[in-house]
Amino acid sequence: MADATLTHDLPAAYEPSLFGTYSKKIGMWLFLLSDSLTFGALLYAYSYGRISTPNWPTPFHSESIVNATVMTAFLLTSSLTMVLAVRASVQGDGKAQRLWLLATMACGLGFVILHGREWSKLISEGLTLPVFPHMPGSETTGEFVNVAKTVPQFPATFFGLTGMHMLHVTLGVVYLGVVALRRKFIPILLVLWLAAWLGTPAYSPFHYGAHILLLAAIVCSIVLWLKPKVYDSSDVEVAGLYWHFVDLVWMFIFPLVYLMSAKIL
Amino acid sequence: MEAFQLAIAERVAEQHRHHGKSQFFVVWGALLLMTAIEVYLTYQNMQPVRMLTILMGLSLIKAALIIGYFMHMKYEVSQMKWLTMCSLVACLALMMIFFPDAWRIITLGVK
Repeated sequence: MADATLTHDLPAAYEPSLFGTYSKKIGMWLFLLSDSLTFGALLYAYSYGRISTPNWPTPFHSESIVNATVMTAFLLTSSLTMVLAVRASVQGDGKAQRLWLLATMACGLGFVILHGREWSKLISEGLTLPVFPHMPGSETTGEFVNVAKTVPQFPATFFGLTGMHMLHVTLGVVYLGVVALRRKFIPILLVLWLAAWLGTPAYSPFHYGAHILLLAAIVCSIVLWLKPKVYDSSDVEVAGLYWHFVDLVWMFIFPLVYLMSAKIL
Repeated sequence: MEAFQLAIAERVAEQHRHHGKSQFFVVWGALLLMTAIEVYLTYQNMQPVRMLTILMGLSLIKAALIIGYFMHMKYEVSQMKWLTMCSLVACLALMMIFFPDAWRIITLGVK
C-alpha cells in the first residue's frame, strides 16, 4: 500500500477550533461538566437520604451557620479576585495578576481552615464516620453521638459531599499556586504539608488528609520539571474556570446542607 | 504564534475589554446580598418545602451570575452556551428519577 502524505502549508488547512476558542478552555469546560455530574450525584444522594429518612437531624447551631456564611463570603470574594487576576493577565500586568492570584489563594485557604475547624467541632461532638480515627471521649459525651448511630446517612452524605468539595478547593489552591509562582510554589507546598500534618492531632482525619498536599507536591514537581513554561493569560483564564466552579458548587451545598439543617430554637 | 491562534487570543482579549471592573464588583455584591437573604430566610420559621424552593431559586440565580459573568459564558458563542448548558441540565434532570423512590420509602414505611 502506498503511503499517503498530507501537507499543511497554511494554518487555515487545519480543522477550525471548536466553538471558536482555544482547546485548553474547551478541555476545562468538558472536565467541569463531568465534575458537575459528580457533585450532582452527591447532592442528589444527600437529598434522597433526607427525603427518605424520618427524623433527619438539624445539627447546625447559629455558630455553625455564621461560620458557613463567612466561608461563603470567602469563596465569593475569591471569585472576585480571580476575575481580577484574569483581567490583569489579559492586560499584560504580570505583577497585578500574581497579587490577585495570591489573594484568591488566601481566600481559598481561609475557606479550608474554617471548614476544617467546623469538621473538627462536629467530630468532637460525636458526628463521625467509622473510617475516621477514634477521637478520645467523643463517643460518650458528644451532642451528636445518637445522630451518628440512628441516622448514619447524615454523617455519610455530609462528610462525603463537603469532603469532596474541600478536596476540590485544596487542589484549586495548589493549581493557582503553580500558575502564580511556578517552581517557587513547591517548597511552600511542602511547608504547608508539614504544617498540616504535624499541626493536627493523630485522631484528626486531617492528620492523614494532609498527605494530599505531599501527593500534589510530587505531581506538580513532575509537571513543572517535564514542561517548564511561563503561564500566559489563557492558562490563568482556564485556572479561573476551575476556581469559579468550586465556588458555584458551594452555592448549592451551603443552602441545601447547612441552611436547611439549621437548628432553630 | 500562528495567525489562527493569534485571532483567538485577540478575541478573548476583546471580550475582557468589554466589561470593566465595576461589573464584577456589582455581581459580587449581588451574590453577597443573595447569600445574606438566604441566611435571613433560614430563621423565619417557613415551611421546609417553601423554604427549599426559595433557597434553590436563589442558588440558581447565583449560579447563573457566576457562570455568565465570572466564567464568561455570556460572551461565548451561542453554540457553546446551548450545548454545554442543555446537556448538563438534561443529565442532572435524569438523576431526579431516584426521588420518587425516596418518597415511596417514607410514605409506605419500607425498611
